[in-house]
Amino acid sequence: MEEKQSSLISQDSDLFYPEKEKEVSDIIKKFYKSNIPIEIIGSGSKRTIGRPLQCGKTVNLSKLEGIIEYQPEELFIKVKAGTKIDKIVNELKKNKQELAFEPIDFGYLFKGKSDCGTAAGQVACNISGPRRFKVGSTRDHILGFRAVNGRGEIIKSGGTVVKNVTGYDLSKLICNSFGTLAVLTEITFKVLPASEESKTLVIHNLKIDSAPEYLEKAINSSNEVSGASFLPIEPICSNCEMNIENTFKLNDLKYRGSLTAFRIEGLKQSIAQRLENLKKELKIQEFDISELENLQSEIFWNKIKNLEFFSATKNNILRIVIPPSECINLIYELPSKFKYFLDWGGAVIWMEACEITEQKFESIRKKVIRHNGYISMIKYSDNLPYVEDVFTINNVRFNISQNIKKSFDPKRILNPGKMYTGI
Amino acid sequence: MTNLRMPKIDRKVISKKDIIVKRLKKIINPEHVLDHQDELKPYETDGLSAYKQKPLIVVFPENTREVSEILKYCNEERIKVVPRGAGTGLSGGALPLKDCILISLGKFNKILEIDYKNRFVVAQPGVTNLSITQAVQDKNFYYAPDPSSQIACSIGGNVAENSGGVHSLKYGTTTNNILGVEVVFMDGTISKLGGKTFDSEGYDLLGLITGSEGLLCVITEVTVKILKKPQVIKAALIGFPTIEDGGRCVSKIISSGIIPAGMEMMDKELIHATDNFVKAGYPRDAESMLIVELDGTEADVSELMLRVNSIAKVNKATSIKVSKNDKERLKFWAGRKAAFPACGDMAPDYYCMDGTIPRGKLSEVLKEIKRLSKKYNLPVANAFHAGDGNLHPLIMYDSNDKKALEKTEKFGAEILKYCVKVGGVLTGEHGVGIEKRELMCEMFNDNDIQQQIKIKKALDTSSLLNPGKVYPILRKCAEEGRVHIHGGKTKFPDIPRF
Repeated sequence: MEEKQSSLISQDSDLFYPEKEKEVSDIIKKFYKSNIPIEIIGSGSKRTIGRPLQCGKTVNLSKLEGIIEYQPEELFIKVKAGTKIDKIVNELKKNKQELAFEPIDFGYLFKGKSDCGTAAGQVACNISGPRRFKVGSTRDHILGFRAVNGRGEIIKSGGTVVKNVTGYDLSKLICNSFGTLAVLTEITFKVLPASEESKTLVIHNLKIDSAPEYLEKAINSSNEVSGASFLPIEPICSNCEMNIENTFKLNDLKYRGSLTAFRIEGLKQSIAQRLENLKKELKIQEFDISELENLQSEIFWNKIKNLEFFSATKNNILRIVIPPSECINLIYELPSKFKYFLDWGGAVIWMEACEITEQKFESIRKKVIRHNGYISMIKYSDNLPYVEDVFTINNVRFNISQNIKKSFDPKRILNPGKMYTGI
Repeated sequence: MTNLRMPKIDRKVISKKDIIVKRLKKIINPEHVLDHQDELKPYETDGLSAYKQKPLIVVFPENTREVSEILKYCNEERIKVVPRGAGTGLSGGALPLKDCILISLGKFNKILEIDYKNRFVVAQPGVTNLSITQAVQDKNFYYAPDPSSQIACSIGGNVAENSGGVHSLKYGTTTNNILGVEVVFMDGTISKLGGKTFDSEGYDLLGLITGSEGLLCVITEVTVKILKKPQVIKAALIGFPTIEDGGRCVSKIISSGIIPAGMEMMDKELIHATDNFVKAGYPRDAESMLIVELDGTEADVSELMLRVNSIAKVNKATSIKVSKNDKERLKFWAGRKAAFPACGDMAPDYYCMDGTIPRGKLSEVLKEIKRLSKKYNLPVANAFHAGDGNLHPLIMYDSNDKKALEKTEKFGAEILKYCVKVGGVLTGEHGVGIEKRELMCEMFNDNDIQQQIKIKKALDTSSLLNPGKVYPILRKCAEEGRVHIHGGKTKFPDIPRF
């Protein structure tokens, strides 16, 4: 097999589908020797996030696939890097467990249909769903990994247990590194019991000037809210599809207009009590409200998580992360015609930017930074198919990051320039 | 390990002591530079008190700029630096070197900002863990990680060691509970990593430096997340006739879908020792005991307590006592939190280990510890963060017996090797420091360790920051045959060895 693979590598093909860690190592060693840059992808579902690459060679991890070990009572699952997220999620469901950080299915945004990508892609991008503010993001749920660095050496870090401070925590570093440090070959996720039930309280027709206050109150209560989003109906943008009603067509949603939604999960016995407590604490007796029962609550939050609000849009999509209390002021400062929604209780703004220019994007970035946040371009459009700085970074962190990059990938052959020029 | 090899002493630095002191007194308040042997004495050790070494000089900078200037100067003059928080670490991470400047962060003791709306606190690194909770508790908030030493340990030290505590099963360790830090690198560069938002763009440098044991940078500010206190907290004391029954109960509770806020286990030796010490009302007839803490709403806690109760009964629990009020609950914990001093009552000295194992291997590992206890003829008591598999065997010995420490360390090393063998790790929360440095090769191969050393070199080119910690001194590892070196040549001759 190794010989066969070696001959495959020597054929100078442009696309590689390694099935084993050793094959990944052989491929990287070869290109390390010959100084040839390589694009590393999981299955490509989030390939367009980040800066475009100019690599003639691609390593696709989707055939390095399969669950290696799943021990429900030890709360971990170890998978090969190219394993599809939905395969993992379905396996965990059999034991009423889950990946608590709620991986986003970016297929809806990029293709208009589900394409959830691989474990490696999820780790490389570290973008997590609505429960982030309560349980952490992908980086908080990685116990260990194996990977091949830019010299072709197989390295590992972490293990299968939660409490582990043996050596540097490279699991964190590898998260959100967009394949620029090492090619993941194996990942161990921490898993958690799935909630028995979920309910969602929706307040209708709040406006942006008051919704964030309710989000904050809910999260700051002790009712263990695990989702807090605001979906406005304004501004009405003629270039965006204003599809709130089509997206969230659910029997339990009694009224039209904007949606301010709170999710409560847990034991059947306690959900009703927490929901009642929350309603009292928010003082919403006079408001139009809806309550979504288990199944509809699940559908609703899946739609939020998977960005179906923007399904298959042709416009640019921006992601802004800020301290929640800054969100309202920032919204007022942003171009008034952009369609958006708030998640994580106002700590993240997902925004559809039509007719945006690079200058406009940079001027938004300045405003975001003034509010102690950061902004990323998640999706390009025909109108703005490229920006120089997709992600935010300052000079000091850039220099540190460049040194870290060199320590893993001295010849810059792994996804060079994917995150920043020179990294 | 008793004959611990440390980095080569730089005699030139020692001979220049007066010049260095003079220079440091220009950078910071001269009264904050200690260089007399008597003044240095309190800083010769940390929580791993078996090892002692006075530093060359101790400095107490008062602000980030001073830290930056000191590091820049030391970097230029090739002077080793050891950072120190409260000095409570248990793995020797703050053990000085004869030719080092010890930077104490003791004067960084202020809470700078409390933001309830965004749920964070900005604190200087010398602030104690407990005082963060105390600063926000009147508004019903708290900081979740609670290492047993929380009354004394500093938040900067917590970040350096990625400290855990008894509630980390549900609430995570330090790394899951901080938003940002300000740090100074060895060349004097000041940087904010993370901030006041969730996650941050680019490489997760915050995640990298958390738990890096003072090898990568000096922490000068920490932004921690605070959480709203749960409405109800209750704890149950559950006694079992055997260790195996207790261990099985732990696994069953987890696999039933319950994640308790805390789940601690103690063996008979420790039940008696701690109960004698604080009269916590522990079941003295039990071979093992669990403290299971549940939190949430009244309905949550009541329902989960019923479930825990029935799982415990199925697993042969001999006694179950549920706390009636907070006072009683805290009394349950008082015993557990006094585990270390209680052991101090049982023997002149004790040595605390810190491996983590898969929960399901508990009985197997405890049996092995018993076997080793007989082999080495040293008594051992076991405290165990059962929920997250973090084991704390406390080996009792008498340091007046000159060979006892060496024997104890060998015993401890065998326990840790066994933890790795069953799929666990060397250290769950105390860190590697000098204590487990030579055991790193049990878990990592040459590639793994070299990658980590390259990261160190990327941020501290001359390896001046806390050298001699965490990574094995290569020759030692090679001598023990754990790292393969071909033809007497190392793979990366340009990498500094510790």
